[in-house]
This record gives sequence, structure tokens and C-alpha cells, in this order.
Amino acid sequence: MKQAVDHFARDLNPTVRDSVHHASKLKYDSRLGALTKDFPDPDKLRRTAGQVKQHTLEHLDQYLEQAEANFQRNGARVHWATTGDEANALIAQIMRDGGAKRMVKSKSMVSEETHLVPYLEKEGFEAVETDLGEFIVQIDHDHPSHIVTPIIHKTRQDVARSFEREGLGAYTEDPPTLTAIARKHLRQKYLEAEVGLTGANFVLADTGQIVLVTNEGNARFSMAAPRIHIALVGIEKLLPRRADLPLFLSLLGRSATGQHLTVYTQLIGGPRAPEQPDGPEEMHVIFLDNGRSEILAGECREILRCIRCGACLNVCPVYRQSSGHAYRSVYPGPVGAVLSPLLKGKQFPELADLPKASSLCGACNEVCPVDIPIPDLLLRLRRKGKKEKAPAACVDTPSFGLWSTAATSPGIWKTGLALGHAMNVVPHALFNLEPSARAWQSSRDLPPFKGGAFRKWVHQHQSEKTKNR
Amino acid sequence: MSASRNEILGRVRAATRSLPHPTYHPDYPSDLSHSGRSPRDGVDLARHFAEQLKGTHAIFAEDWPALAKLLSAETKGLGYCAPDFADALKSAWPEATIETTFDRARVDEYTFGITPAWGAIAETGTLILTDGTTPSRLAALAPWVHVAVVPRERIFATVAEAMTALPDDPSIIFVTGPSKTADIEGILIEGVHGPGRQLALIM
Repeated sequence: MKQAVDHFARDLNPTVRDSVHHASKLKYDSRLGALTKDFPDPDKLRRTAGQVKQHTLEHLDQYLEQAEANFQRNGARVHWATTGDEANALIAQIMRDGGAKRMVKSKSMVSEETHLVPYLEKEGFEAVETDLGEFIVQIDHDHPSHIVTPIIHKTRQDVARSFEREGLGAYTEDPPTLTAIARKHLRQKYLEAEVGLTGANFVLADTGQIVLVTNEGNARFSMAAPRIHIALVGIEKLLPRRADLPLFLSLLGRSATGQHLTVYTQLIGGPRAPEQPDGPEEMHVIFLDNGRSEILAGECREILRCIRCGACLNVCPVYRQSSGHAYRSVYPGPVGAVLSPLLKGKQFPELADLPKASSLCGACNEVCPVDIPIPDLLLRLRRKGKKEKAPAACVDTPSFGLWSTAATSPGIWKTGLALGHAMNVVPHALFNLEPSARAWQSSRDLPPFKGGAFRKWVHQHQSEKTKNR
Repeated sequence: MSASRNEILGRVRAATRSLPHPTYHPDYPSDLSHSGRSPRDGVDLARHFAEQLKGTHAIFAEDWPALAKLLSAETKGLGYCAPDFADALKSAWPEATIETTFDRARVDEYTFGITPAWGAIAETGTLILTDGTTPSRLAALAPWVHVAVVPRERIFATVAEAMTALPDDPSIIFVTGPSKTADIEGILIEGVHGPGRQLALIM
């Protein structure tokens, strides 16, 4: 039996694989260029940023309370939601209270996590994604496959067909024309909507501001036309001080897209200024837990440092071959292989195979702007899967019981070594009788067995020592 | 709602209370984030800003006549201009139709918008907009062309320096180049929801 991610990679449409591979490699290269050109020692920045986030997480209760007080001082209303369902219900209630029917949404991974759009539609509201990629995902009833570039798996022809089908314009494969069509269509949506919803890349505890980092300008529009602004924010997004922001901005833009600064960086603290004609009269901040406090209590809490840059996806050999949908969850790639099973809480076994979808090559840790030890966390989760006897964690994994018996009984061990040497004289084609050995050998050669050399060396060494005495 | 608040804070407290080796906030120097783009001491900040601005695909206008020339080539001549600059623009570009209040109902008729910036950052070629200095958020966002007029005395050397000087304002926006996307096949396209042309002028 194969792992689910393997299945997905095998059956993946080659065009999709090529799109994903090409685009992720492109972003990996520009990241490397942007970081090393501008900083003599980028690792120092990564380690420092990691320490700031780790510190924040370990003192999260204080920073949350500080942020809450500062938001309130700035005129924003603060809400708390323990689950995604609770957050969705809160948002619907804010909309009803404000007499609102229509929402424009800026890109927010956390709203994917709570399944906000389908919920609002069921409740009779209109909710439109405005990030170009997310808009295309929405009209295709698809799911994002990358946390920064959601339609990395689609070609311009796919987009052209979708726009034609939705009656947005005549068929065209020209990306600038497609973008212009979306600009015109979504502009009307901004002007009609009463509510703009955003996430937050960071929350500043000492000033009570959310920080939003975007390239398209949709988050700006969502806070220029509608009269109510709702920010849905995971509790792990905090930074202690505004003075920490430059460090994180330097790393985020370069790690995500190779930009030294993303086009728009917004610091939003409260409703519009009194003299300002445009923008929200109300600002609501919703702090969402949805499993995060449980992760904080566990042995993988470092994953909460993540700032969602996507660099670990772009560099990951498994992600490049399998694409984001293989991870069957909102967060794909190496970060998703850790975060997604953990966010499942009691349903952890459903995704217990994801921590195994990695060769532990360590590239994800090397590129991580907050230095998350992802390979270590993957190992911790593999152990958790085994301990909890999650079937998905045990697929394709031999039982180590036999191994430990052999390794702790010298007699069996020596016999094993002798058998190993015998293998060198047996034709390897003979092993092909066993199906899993055949599969293994189909693309690999078994190296000659060299076991026992250490024992020989010890014996020799000891006898030489006695001789020299 | 306060029940959820107490529940979340309680769980967070329980999760972090007994950590054996708490991590301290690293007391790092504020110049850690200064990049190879930061201006050296003694460099003219306005010139450095203009150079970095060009690197972001934004356009630098030397003065009002130069701006008028750029705008007449790029736009249809109808646009919004903040009241403070209307005279300067009119004398440089008499043929233009200038409105000094932004009418939301005709949002797509304006082909340019000229608004004051609060400040700028030389290191990254960034413009800083605030609610306090922008007469209309939409006027700085909806037209295809946006012109930010930067006060010379508030050009900061680095992002870190600007960050410590920011005003108390509900909406502070760093603008680094025109609106863009690479969502379709990684191809760079400028002008998605915001301005496709970003201009700056120093006063």
C-alpha cells in the first residue's frame, strides 16, 4: 500500500506538475538572490526572527491582552473565537448587526481554515474573493494549492476558459487582458459591499495595529470602499513591538516572492480618521484559536512561528512533484505536513501520513525565515502517529520490533551479518521474487553488503593496543 | 464572548506557564534589518530615494512640468488633485480637467489621482500614505495613475528609521511600486486592483 501523497504525485496531470515545478523553482531562485544580495549574513536575521516569534509564543497571553487593550484604545472592537464555527457565526452576526448583505474578501488563509465563504453563502450573504488567484479558485469551486500563489497549478488556458464560462468576457489567453477583466468586475463588488474582510500577517501588541502585506491592492480596496472592516486573525500572529516589524518585513517579502518589500504594507489600527471620507466606520478584530492553544501546549509549538511565506513549499522536492492538493488540507508543503495534522486535533489520525511525506532533506529549515526546525517536528509527529497507532502513520513503515530483537541479541546479530555477506554472492535478480524488493530494485541497485567491519576493527585495534603495551 | 476570551487565554496560560527555559526577546540592534540598499552616511536621501523608486517600477517626476508631461501622455486628462496642489498642476498643465473632490459614484472616470504622501523611505523607494494626509483613500487607489507628493523633509534613510517615527494614524500604507500580481503562470502584470502606474514627486 502506497501513501496518499505518493498516489497523488503519480496521478498528477503532467501539465500541472510542470506548472508547479517551474513556478516554485522560479520563486526559490529569486528568494535566494534577494536575500544574499542585500544581507551579508541572512541566517542571522532568520535566527533572530525565530527567537522573537518563539519568545512571543511563550508569552502569548500577555501580548494578546496588551494587543486587545491597544485595539480598544484605537477604537476597534475585539472578539474571541475558540473554533472556526464560532468565528464564522461571529462574522455573520457582525454583518446582520450592521445591516450588511455583501462582503469583499482579501486573501486570508485562516478564513479557508474556517470555511467562511461556504458558511456565509449558506446564511444568505454574498462573499467574493478579491485576490486574483483566490477569485479564480472561487469561480472554479477549487481549492488553493499554494499559500502565496493559490493557482500555481493552473495555466492561462484554464483561466481563460473559466472567465469565458462565467461570462466575464470573450475567450482570451492574454494574462494582462484577463487581469483587466478581473479588475473591472471586482471593482463593482468593492463599491457595493458593506463589509471588507481581511486576515493579518502580523498583529502589533504595543500599538494595537494589524499589519497586512499584499501586492495587488485588494486589501486596500476592501478598506477603502466598504463601511465595516473585519480582521480575522489567528492568535499566533502577534509581534511584541512595532520596532520588530522591519526585521520581519525584510524576511517576508524576500522569502515569499523575492521582493525586498511587498508592494503594499498596511498598518491598520481602528476605523478611519474623522476627516477621512472613505473607509470603515467600524473595525472588528477576531482572535481565533481553532486548535492553536493545543499546539502551543504540545511538543511542536515551534510551528506557530510560521509567517506563511511559502518558501518551504517552493524548495520542497515532495511539494514540487505532488502539488499542494496532495496534502488534502488548507496548508500544504512542509509547513502543512506539520500544521495540518495538528490543527485536526482529535482527528489527527486522518492526516497522520503527512509527516511521512518528506525525505527529511532539511531544505525547508534552511529557507525558513523564522528558522522552524521542520524536519525535527516531522519526526516528532511520526512518533506521535506511531504511538497513537494511527493507521495512516504505519503505512509503508516496517515494524521495528524485529529489528530491536536482533540488535539486542548478539547471537542473532552475528548470524545476520553472516547472511548479509551471503547476499553478496546471490544474484540480486533473485530478490525480485518478493514484491516490495522488486519495487525497490526497479529504480535502484543494492550496494554490496559491508557489514561487520566495525567489529573487525575493534578486535584489531584491541590486539594492537595489547601488543604495543 | 468573554467566555471564549477567558477560555483561550486560560489555555494559552496553561500551555506556557511551566516551560523550563523561557525564550527571551533578543535584544538585537535596530540596524540588523538595514539592507545593502540602505543609503550610506552623507548620501543625499532624495536622490537615493529616486534611484530606489525607479527600481520598484515607479516613476520619478523631477517637477510639476515634468509631471504634467508624463500625465498628458498616460491619461485622458480628467483626474483628481488634492486642493493644495491644484494651482501648481493647473499652471503646468492648463488643458487638464481637475477635480478637487473625489466623487465615489464616478470612481472609474478619474484617470489619475494626486495626493500628498506623509513621507518616504530611501532604502526601498517606498512612499508612506496616511489617513491624516490623504484627502480620499479612493483617490489614491482607484485611478490607473497615482501621484504621491513627498515632503522633502520626511524622507527616511531606512524602513527601521521610518517605523519609529510613524504618526498616530488608523491607516498607514507603505507603497513600494505599482499594484501587481504574478498569479497567472508567474507572469508579472502591473495594475490589478490599485494603480498600474505609480508616480512620485518631491516638494
